[in-house]
Amino acid sequence: MSGPKYPGFDTLALHAGQSPDPATGSRAVPIYQTTSYVFRDSEHAASLFNMERAGHVYSRISNPTVAVLEERVAALEGGVGAIATASGQAALHLAVATLMDAGSHIVASNSLYGGSHNLLGYTLRRFGIETTFVAPGTPEKFAKAIRPNTRLLFGETLGNPGLEVLDIPAVSRVAHEAGLPLLVDATFTTPWLMQPFAHGADLLYHSATKFLGGHGVAIGGVLVDSGRFDWEKSGKFLQLTAPYAGFHDMDFEEESGTRAFLLRARREGLRDFGACMAPMTAFQILQGIETLHLRMPRHVQSTRTVVQFLASNPAVEKVVYPELPGHPDHALAQKLLPKGCGAVFSFELKGGREAGKRFIEALRVFSHLANVGDAKSLVIHPASTTHYRMSDEDLKKAGIGAGTVRLSIGLEDPEDLLQDLGRALKAAQR
Amino acid sequence: MNFAVDGRQAFAYTAAQAHAPAKPTIVFVHGAGLDHSLWGLQSRYFGYHGCNVLAVDLPGHGRSEGPPLASIGAMADWIVRMLDARTIRQASIVGHSMGSLVALECAARQPARVERIALLGTGYPMKVSEAFLDAAKRNDQAAYDMETIWGHAAQVPLGGNPNPGMWMYGDMLARLARLAPGVLYNDLKACDAYAGGAEAGAKVKCPVLFILGRRDQMTPPKSGLAFAQMLPQARTVQLASSGHALMAEAPDATLDALIEFFRA
Repeated sequence: MSGPKYPGFDTLALHAGQSPDPATGSRAVPIYQTTSYVFRDSEHAASLFNMERAGHVYSRISNPTVAVLEERVAALEGGVGAIATASGQAALHLAVATLMDAGSHIVASNSLYGGSHNLLGYTLRRFGIETTFVAPGTPEKFAKAIRPNTRLLFGETLGNPGLEVLDIPAVSRVAHEAGLPLLVDATFTTPWLMQPFAHGADLLYHSATKFLGGHGVAIGGVLVDSGRFDWEKSGKFLQLTAPYAGFHDMDFEEESGTRAFLLRARREGLRDFGACMAPMTAFQILQGIETLHLRMPRHVQSTRTVVQFLASNPAVEKVVYPELPGHPDHALAQKLLPKGCGAVFSFELKGGREAGKRFIEALRVFSHLANVGDAKSLVIHPASTTHYRMSDEDLKKAGIGAGTVRLSIGLEDPEDLLQDLGRALKAAQR
Repeated sequence: MNFAVDGRQAFAYTAAQAHAPAKPTIVFVHGAGLDHSLWGLQSRYFGYHGCNVLAVDLPGHGRSEGPPLASIGAMADWIVRMLDARTIRQASIVGHSMGSLVALECAARQPARVERIALLGTGYPMKVSEAFLDAAKRNDQAAYDMETIWGHAAQVPLGGNPNPGMWMYGDMLARLARLAPGVLYNDLKACDAYAGGAEAGAKVKCPVLFILGRRDQMTPPKSGLAFAQMLPQARTVQLASSGHALMAEAPDATLDALIEFFRA
């Protein structure tokens, strides 16, 4: 006898988190553009504030439209729940601020989005939280860098911009042996290409600005908890396992078990730091998610076409994409990312910085801007933009050269993309 | 709160309130493979509204030391010894699914000590399919999938969670992932083997409330309604939109039914 079945990914992408609106029958997710919600009476108000009843109080803490997005992403990732934030960076900050105090320490991959590198390497240091950076493909270096005050291991599913594949099974084993959670930035892969919780990650976040939205019209982030990490057993997270004077002496783990992290993140992090998502933004990102399962295969297919084109072009020094046999993480990518390695990759032009500049300025279909994961194809020169704060030495460690160009392959006709790139490559070599 | 029962560590959630002997006590008993935190909203409400609450983790569940108890009768006796350990003379008992059978047995065995019982997501007999039992015996993921899917109304994966931002299926699966091997099988077997419902029902004289979900796939309402007819004093509340996980799927309606019952 076959057992019951879960809804498929495509169905969840369209439906999870929302029933037709009970008040109006609206099939589309309504945009609840409201700051606050009327209480039925004084006791109802008190019960909501004291978490005796489910519901919404103030849209900084929760909002019905935003809640649909949160539940939908949690469903697609296989998590217990999620919190939508003002940006991907806000999601990373919320995770760190929920788990750590001044004096805590993080071990992170050194192949990160420049903004994350800034937050961990510079800004959080001002608040007493230090980070040690190690190569993403070296679980043993993650282990060696762990200190008594370490509270988190962190990396990107696909590093930016070198596409180093984080060995989530190995790094999560290192983390769990030390009683620590592994947080991953899953922006480049999306739940369609990989579900990090199935490989051992405990927490993840997305810059929903990228592929989840896909349209480039809204900035947002989503932080998701697997609910699998046992905070009580770890003994290192008093934020979740000891009474919190800031919320009626609540012991979040005792109160809610699998939901402890999200409960504190919402009840403290959103309440006090306030980096919430606006309902209109949630609606816009939901429109993108409804077609994620259709867009991602096309993104990957077109990327493979472009990668092959560039790899065989004499103007190109090298192409960095894990599906190419020469990529150092080729075997790991085949294991963890069988559906594809995403649509963002970099290549090195012959001729260095000046050739890179001529190349970018000759492009007509690709847009030169600081974003990835749009339906439109994008291009950027990391050394002068996203990673400009990094020293040459740090750039080299992250696998970035002066002529490195990063592409984000969109959904245009692939022939038009090849024509545009071919013309620009010729211009670069003049 | 941790304390000892039979020399082993036991845990009950108290809403961070000290026990007040003058207040009535309500014991909340979870279902198969689960723990106290399923009662989060409801137990917290009563803890802040004039009651002592003890949302227990049965042995081998949540924070209570194992091994799990093999029968509904043994679980009921443990609840009584737990009350002894807390020096509580009388209490009401609210039970969900397997916990509802435990509440019924407690009331039948200790009529002087049990003031009221509320039985949620219940039915009698509580038979479990061979396929479910077999998968649980093998600690197969299929058993956790059955517990998760049948444990909620069919619309849950496509509907909205009243608790903002939470995914009910994911939460259930995460809870079950923390369970020691064999515990779910132990519980399902105890439910399946329980044959004392009619006898216990005849002995229960205290007020009884049934709260049933009309979309319950685990213990269909037909079974719950038949069970309620065995207790003539019972009141029954049916929640139209809820499946088996009443406390999560319809938290406010479940709480409102309990408030009305305990105010009466």
